[in-house]
Amino acid sequence: MTRTILYASLLAICAAGANSQQQQNFDSVQIHVEPVQHNIYMLVGAGGNTTVQVGSEGVLMVDTQFAPLAPKLMAEIRKLSPGPIRYIINTHMHPDHVGGNAAIAKLAGSDPALPLKIIANENVLNRLTATERGQAPFPEAGLPIDEYGTPTKNLHFNGEAIIIYHEPNAHTDGDSVVLFRGSDVISAGDIFTPDGYPFIDIERGGSVQGEILALNHILQMTVPAKTQEGGTYVIPGHGRICDDADVVEFRDMVVIIRDRVRDMIQKGMTLDQVKAARPTRDYDTEYVTSNSFVTADRFVEAVYKSLSK
Amino acid sequence: MKILFAVLLVSAPAFAQVDFSGSWAPLYHEDLPDRIPGPELGDYLGLPINDAARLRADSYDADRISVVPEYECRPHSSDYSMRGLANMRVDVIRDPVTQRAIAFHTRMNFQEMERTIWLDSRPHPSEYAPHTLQGFSTGSWEDNMLDIYTTHLKESYLKRNGVPRSDKATFTEHWVRHGNYLTVATVVTDPVFLTEPLVRTQTWVLDPAQVIARDICETVAEVPKAADYVPNHLPGTNPFLHEVADWYGLPYEATRGGAETLYPEYRKKMGKPEHPRDHCERYCSCGAEGQICLSPTAAPPGKRP
Repeated sequence: MTRTILYASLLAICAAGANSQQQQNFDSVQIHVEPVQHNIYMLVGAGGNTTVQVGSEGVLMVDTQFAPLAPKLMAEIRKLSPGPIRYIINTHMHPDHVGGNAAIAKLAGSDPALPLKIIANENVLNRLTATERGQAPFPEAGLPIDEYGTPTKNLHFNGEAIIIYHEPNAHTDGDSVVLFRGSDVISAGDIFTPDGYPFIDIERGGSVQGEILALNHILQMTVPAKTQEGGTYVIPGHGRICDDADVVEFRDMVVIIRDRVRDMIQKGMTLDQVKAARPTRDYDTEYVTSNSFVTADRFVEAVYKSLSK
Repeated sequence: MKILFAVLLVSAPAFAQVDFSGSWAPLYHEDLPDRIPGPELGDYLGLPINDAARLRADSYDADRISVVPEYECRPHSSDYSMRGLANMRVDVIRDPVTQRAIAFHTRMNFQEMERTIWLDSRPHPSEYAPHTLQGFSTGSWEDNMLDIYTTHLKESYLKRNGVPRSDKATFTEHWVRHGNYLTVATVVTDPVFLTEPLVRTQTWVLDPAQVIARDICETVAEVPKAADYVPNHLPGTNPFLHEVADWYGLPYEATRGGAETLYPEYRKKMGKPEHPRDHCERYCSCGAEGQICLSPTAAPPGKRP
């Protein structure tokens, strides 16, 4: 169910930029709450994972899934904390990550003394306010008007430093990675999707080289504990909780496929020839399922186009 | 009679039927060249791997272990560590009140691998929980055999020559103690890289005098490299894949593995080697009676001038 909804929504944004979430049925979606570390939780429903940090000052969310899921998300958050929703950070602009912004804001209520701020890289705001043909305007209450245009943005909330890093031209041109420095947790957004190939959204500024740089930056921030695992935990855009070693496997996969496609380009092969050579064939059984949005061909095409620019 | 029955109920071992606690040393009479000194590059014979696993292994470049710091201190996964590449101590964890055994805890000296095998019927974690190299293991008794089921494994390898094992794999083990000997049968199921389960057995011997020392490892960038460099062989360019066939006088196709190479019937259809050997030159009888496994200096027959 979850994958089907995600697949339909991402297809929609790729095809026409249309936000099709209103036509989808979220009734059967259950929100799963997975404790991560310290006061950080991962909420899994439909769409991207939501990170929740709770504490004495209130609640901080990273990504909001789809609007119809907002009541279910809020119900689970209320089991973790009665405090005000103070921050939403969007890792990028795709609807399975920003779709619930306005609905969460409405459910959170309005208290001028404890305002809700929605934060994202400025390219997210630019894209959400530049309505594409056939797409309904993004709800104003959900726009990340506390945008940032610098390489990093810092917060201090619930007793820990939170550092938001802009990762240029990776999954899109507006990716943010969120480091919870005290809890030792990273929310990576769709730069890191261990259950599937990364969606390198070329049309929205993504590139394979930016993707690799962003993954390497995540690896710089992760410090494994004993036996090269645990320590810093990484919440991916989709999939289970991971750590340094899981990011390494994923980064290696992207680098190796990049190397193969680059070699084929240097030999003068066309995109169709590269696809036919199936340079991902030893990774497809791991990263592609019948419900995958990013098929092997889609991934190869994104890598090819990135390297051909 | 009722009193006797009640006494029996109280004293009966409700959980552990056999005590595996103690220090164990691996015996290498099975698959010695594969375990000590280690598998040859390109040797996939007897592994029920699919094409994806084969190409992944062909692409593997062992430089990755030294060039990518994150691999330097990575221990074996629990399915592979039972191949006995380190000595092992097994401790029993008991409930402080009931004194029932609720888990076995293992520690191996290589990279200080530690693992817990729960015997108290606790559920496995959710599908979204982190995976580890040792995984999450639960055990149950089948007479005097301990059956262990392990999930939540990190991606690792079936062999140290790059044959992969995915994080979707699970495995079962069967631990049987015969006096001072422990036999462990491991059955790995991997929907990503295996076409049928991989079954391997290992034997350990009780060694009460053995000490499991510390093995502290810290990563260090030993070789300067670009951040986006991961050593790998492009498809069709690995120059080492024929070596195992040449060294041991095997047909190349046999070394490529696959389910049929598991079974004795395969010998009948196996072709003839390109370079037949008339005597053993590589790792002959090493490991037995204390002989050291030294790498030979001569090139494989196919590469000799």
